Amino acid sequence: MKSIEIKDLSLSFGDFKVLEKLNLDIYDGEFLVLLGASGCGKSTLLNCVAGLLDISDGQIFIKGKNVTWKEPKDRDIGMVFQSYALYPQMSVRGNLSFGLKNARIPKPEIEKRVARAAEILQIESLLHRKPAELSGGQRQRVAIGRALVREVDVFLFDEPLSNLDAKLRAELRVEIKRLHQKLNNTMIYVTHDQIEALTLADRIAIMRGGKVQQLDTPQVIYNHPVNKYVAAFIGSPGMNFLTGRLVAGEKPGFNFNGLDVDLSRYAFNDTTPSGESEAWLGIRPEHIHVGPEAVKKAFSHTVEVEVVEPMGSDTLVWSKLADQEFRFRMDGQLSVKVGEELMIGFDPVSASLFDSKTEIRL
Amino acid sequence: MSIEPIGTRPRRTFDPTRMMIYLVLAVAAIYYLLPLYVMIVTSLKGMPEVRLGNIFSPPVEITFEPWAKAWDTACTGLYCEGLKVGFWNSMQILIPSVVISIAIASVNGYALSFWRFRGAEVFFTILIFGSFIPYQVMLYPLVIITRELGIFGSLTGVIFIHTIFGMPILTLLFRNYFASLPQELFKAARVDGAGFWGIFFKIMVPMSPPIFVVAIILQVTGIWNDFLFGVIFAGTKNFPMTVQLNNIVNSSQGVKEYNVNMAATILTGAVPLAIYFLSGKYFVRGIAAGAVKG
Ligand SMILES: Nc1ncnc2c1ncn2[C@@H]1O[C@H](COP(=O)(O)OP(=O)(O)O)[C@@H](O)[C@H]1O
Ligand SMILES: [Mg+2]
Repeated sequence: MKSIEIKDLSLSFGDFKVLEKLNLDIYDGEFLVLLGASGCGKSTLLNCVAGLLDISDGQIFIKGKNVTWKEPKDRDIGMVFQSYALYPQMSVRGNLSFGLKNARIPKPEIEKRVARAAEILQIESLLHRKPAELSGGQRQRVAIGRALVREVDVFLFDEPLSNLDAKLRAELRVEIKRLHQKLNNTMIYVTHDQIEALTLADRIAIMRGGKVQQLDTPQVIYNHPVNKYVAAFIGSPGMNFLTGRLVAGEKPGFNFNGLDVDLSRYAFNDTTPSGESEAWLGIRPEHIHVGPEAVKKAFSHTVEVEVVEPMGSDTLVWSKLADQEFRFRMDGQLSVKVGEELMIGFDPVSASLFDSKTEIRL
Repeated sequence: MSIEPIGTRPRRTFDPTRMMIYLVLAVAAIYYLLPLYVMIVTSLKGMPEVRLGNIFSPPVEITFEPWAKAWDTACTGLYCEGLKVGFWNSMQILIPSVVISIAIASVNGYALSFWRFRGAEVFFTILIFGSFIPYQVMLYPLVIITRELGIFGSLTGVIFIHTIFGMPILTLLFRNYFASLPQELFKAARVDGAGFWGIFFKIMVPMSPPIFVVAIILQVTGIWNDFLFGVIFAGTKNFPMTVQLNNIVNSSQGVKEYNVNMAATILTGAVPLAIYFLSGKYFVRGIAAGAVKG
């Protein structure tokens, strides 16, 4: 069942169109991540769903009800902000119960809900404290608690972990995932961090310039990006892009700088292109094999090691493949030296082809 | 063995630059304090001693007679009831003006920074523009307006005028302060179901004591020191303290009682002076926090 439906949503600030005819359906119990670079309109979209911004055009449905012109409090949503947005002069208990008091919920019920939220988030011992007396992680827990006590079906998160340090971020990320598994409610989660997106999402919506570029599961987005932008955005270190010519036909291939990649096992989108055209071949650094294994792959070649970046579990090697920038990952236990010649190889099945003009996946 | 920093410790006490700064500050302080000193010593002398003309010498015989006279019996025009009448008039003008103007301006500033209503920008521009128009330009139109409203020459009239004239600067002050508070706090409160007034009273006002203190200081000193509006709009019965002080000091009859004049002047200045002393810290803090930015 659909939990949230966004239909032809448009929003402008003056002449500047932030969102244009955006459509998005989110299912019951789904964890949807809105991922995109800063300024692409993620927060704006989330604020529209929350009812904090007046939209220019379109409709929003939550649980089948048209809420386009409803007040935030009447939309059955809870929201968590990047800056925590706790009321500084109220205690943690006050923060949690503020919304319930406004909704004129009876006192015993408020007590019960606050106690339950505090237990789930393990902030029972902090209830009497003021936000200023809490650490960043504790503050964000309280902020999540404020959404929790509302007992709503939809949670909206706007970069909730961006203000935390790396270690805490990883901890709280898992907790949010646990919370979702426990509550099984619909969550829309905004982030510019692809790791958060890949780890948390049931589906990811990649946004760019106010439009959704691709909406799919993390696996599909990772393996079959619909265009070069998505391909470059997801994955760290980023995908290699080789520029060359695509020769279509019976035995398709990709030619670059005198080398030839056999594409007969590549799964072309819909229709196989015909003739010759300029294209990009994208291959992720982690899909490249090194050494004796490389030779078995459909494409293999030698490269010279230029820069070595050890990253613990694995090592990132920078090199040139026929004069084009080329990075690949190796097992961190193997030792490589600058100037060394290595045999690398990859399977075109794990590669992605993009038209050089439209940048759309072929 | 402990590790010592290398090199000679810079000598602070006799640093010539520092000495110069203190010297300049001391001269400036004396320059401003000297008149105050003269006022105080003169106000504590009897008239025979004042006539000797040595204004810097301390009183030989301390008397509080001039203070009592200034407060209780000095003639301010037709009546001889001292400054106390003006003091209470000033209070009657001051308190409602301060309360009303701050109440309205804080809500204005809040609405302007959080509830982006249609025409907010135009409204704000007009307000800013308003704070640059010289008072004198508006005096005559305001006289007509208050006359038409039937409040010319009354307490209500002068309170009305003070409230209006406080509006641009106070709204600007509050708007800038509220604009510096996080927008997300406002959004969170809306999701929590608080309305226009709920957010104002439960979230914003509790976060804003410094700016309220600044506004109070600005208004109290401004309104207390006002002479022009008091003379024009308050009516003879309601002349504020400043106007009555002027009447005492500039009275053309009899001998000039410098000691009474001095006491009366200090009494009139006491209220803003006390406000500055009590809240100077907040004043600086609030100005730094809200008024300069944005
Ligand atoms: N109140 C506003 N007025 C004008 N422009 C805005 C406003 N809020 C956001 N924008 C612009 O809209 C775009 C999208 O903003 P936002 O949704 O906050 O991006 P994101 O959350 O993806 O970083 C940005 O270019 C931003 O500058
Ligand atoms: Mg954002």
